[in-house]
Amino acid sequence: MDELIQILESINPDVDYRKETNLIDGKILDSFDIITIISEINEEFDIAIPAEEIIPENFNSAQKLYELIQRLED
Amino acid sequence: MLFTSLSFILFLALLLAVYYIVPYRFRWALLLVFSGIFYAFAGVVGFIFIGITIITTYAAARFIGSIHTSQSEYLKNAKDISRQEKKEYKEHSKKRMRVFLVPCLVVNFGILALLKYILVGRGFIGTDFILPMGISFYTFQTMGYIIDVYRGKVAAEKNIFKMALFTSYFPLLVQGPISDYKKLSETLYTPLSFSGKNFLLGFERVLWGYFKKLVIADRLLTAVSTIIGLPSEFSGAYALLGMILYAIQLHADFTGGIDITIGISQMLGIRLQENFDRPYFSKNITEYWRRWHISLGEWFKEYLFYPVSVAKPMLKLSKFSRDHFGDAVGKRIPVYISTIFVWFTTGVWHGRGLNFIVWGLGNCIIILISQELSPLYKRFHNKFPSLKATVPYKSFEILRTIFILSSLRMLDCYRDVPLTFRMFASIFTGGKYLEVLKGGFLELGITAADYIIVLIAVIIVFSTSMVQRKGGIRERLFRRPAVVQCAVIALLLITIIIFGAYGVGYDSSQFIYNQF
Repeated sequence: MDELIQILESINPDVDYRKETNLIDGKILDSFDIITIISEINEEFDIAIPAEEIIPENFNSAQKLYELIQRLED
Repeated sequence: MLFTSLSFILFLALLLAVYYIVPYRFRWALLLVFSGIFYAFAGVVGFIFIGITIITTYAAARFIGSIHTSQSEYLKNAKDISRQEKKEYKEHSKKRMRVFLVPCLVVNFGILALLKYILVGRGFIGTDFILPMGISFYTFQTMGYIIDVYRGKVAAEKNIFKMALFTSYFPLLVQGPISDYKKLSETLYTPLSFSGKNFLLGFERVLWGYFKKLVIADRLLTAVSTIIGLPSEFSGAYALLGMILYAIQLHADFTGGIDITIGISQMLGIRLQENFDRPYFSKNITEYWRRWHISLGEWFKEYLFYPVSVAKPMLKLSKFSRDHFGDAVGKRIPVYISTIFVWFTTGVWHGRGLNFIVWGLGNCIIILISQELSPLYKRFHNKFPSLKATVPYKSFEILRTIFILSSLRMLDCYRDVPLTFRMFASIFTGGKYLEVLKGGFLELGITAADYIIVLIAVIIVFSTSMVQRKGGIRERLFRRPAVVQCAVIALLLITIIIFGAYGVGYDSSQFIYNQF
């Protein structure tokens, strides 16, 4: 989880990712940010997030994103 | 049949007269019949192409859907297989699905490309070939659906007639919005029951759309066509005037048309997604593209930008770039390549010719430059924290955005790229400002009265947009006494009848976006 928070903070350090649950619906992250995050996750965790998983429910919070990573690692 | 023609008004009146009388379960079928009639008015040849799209998409979706079903059943029953075996099985299923998905995409996009870029405007059986009504919109809508079925986001539609309605629902055929299957199918197949409020609010929105289209857009049509048609004569200040008038015309035309589409649907108990969010109030081009033609932007993001960005070769390229050129380059690679690809395709979608490609890439360059400059903006605003909230600065941002997007739109207007660049440059070097102010603006086929009517109408639209920030106007009007509501509707109706611009035989012009 800490590695993921680091990735997210490199995109926008002003957000409290442990609490924020509205990253997409609240327009905190845009499509450019999402692509950069996916590319960083690919680098850090060595997993590919497919296009169909890029939905607000998976990206609205760090916790949800972490759950997605764990699901894809399985 | 144009939305603004008398025949369409009669067609709509007839539909509304029978729609709420037929039993609820047959309403979608009635919409299909009326969509067929509407489509027949645009030419019988179109039936062949929309028919191919309906049949191929329906069949491919059913095959893909059955593979999904057998996959779920297999995985449910096969409890003792390993994770690796499960993964392999899923990959094998995906491969089988692609056997149906890929040909469906190739056939449908192939038809669109063939007709739009090769046959349109060419001599064909003694007459010029005309693009089948709505093909750019329904092709994108149905291909979005088949990809959703492939992704397992929606189940395949079992009833081919329902599929036909999803493809051909007539209000969407003119200029979209390109609708998402999950949201549209729910409301299209099971619309809301009759509600006086919905009917009234829908009717008001239709009138508002006609007001924008007939009082503003069509009144400016002659002036814009005159300026564009004679570039050697109407350069300099005229080109700037043309740019401003086109920005007003296109906004009124496109948003007005979508108001009519959404309003008609609301009268029928069908909720469509919004296609605009007061786009001319955007502070930069990126924001503008999130608020203008939202459905096209969403389509490209969902089905092109994300898949290209996260494709395995792209991630490999990103990794390679990180290793060889550093993190800064590596993490930009997917964003840059996908953005260029999407904007190139958006340009191609809009039409044949280099103009649209240059227009698309022009938008792309501005978006990427703003992206790169954002840390600089951030530093600037940190230094002057109070500036951002001031009215003059906000107005500057809005006017800058409108100027940039209007400059790019000149590529829509002129016949080739070099001419567009010459006309744009002439705004700064070509003079003629005094000539325009001394009465040149009255030599463009419209009178002083036309300018005054348009000006008042634009002020009304602008004021409405300002009020809208605090919530829906029609909702607020609905809470007023019935007499106030009737007065507003009567006023709008009379304004459209008196001040609307009508062509020969009281038929107005087609919507600009219908040609794309």
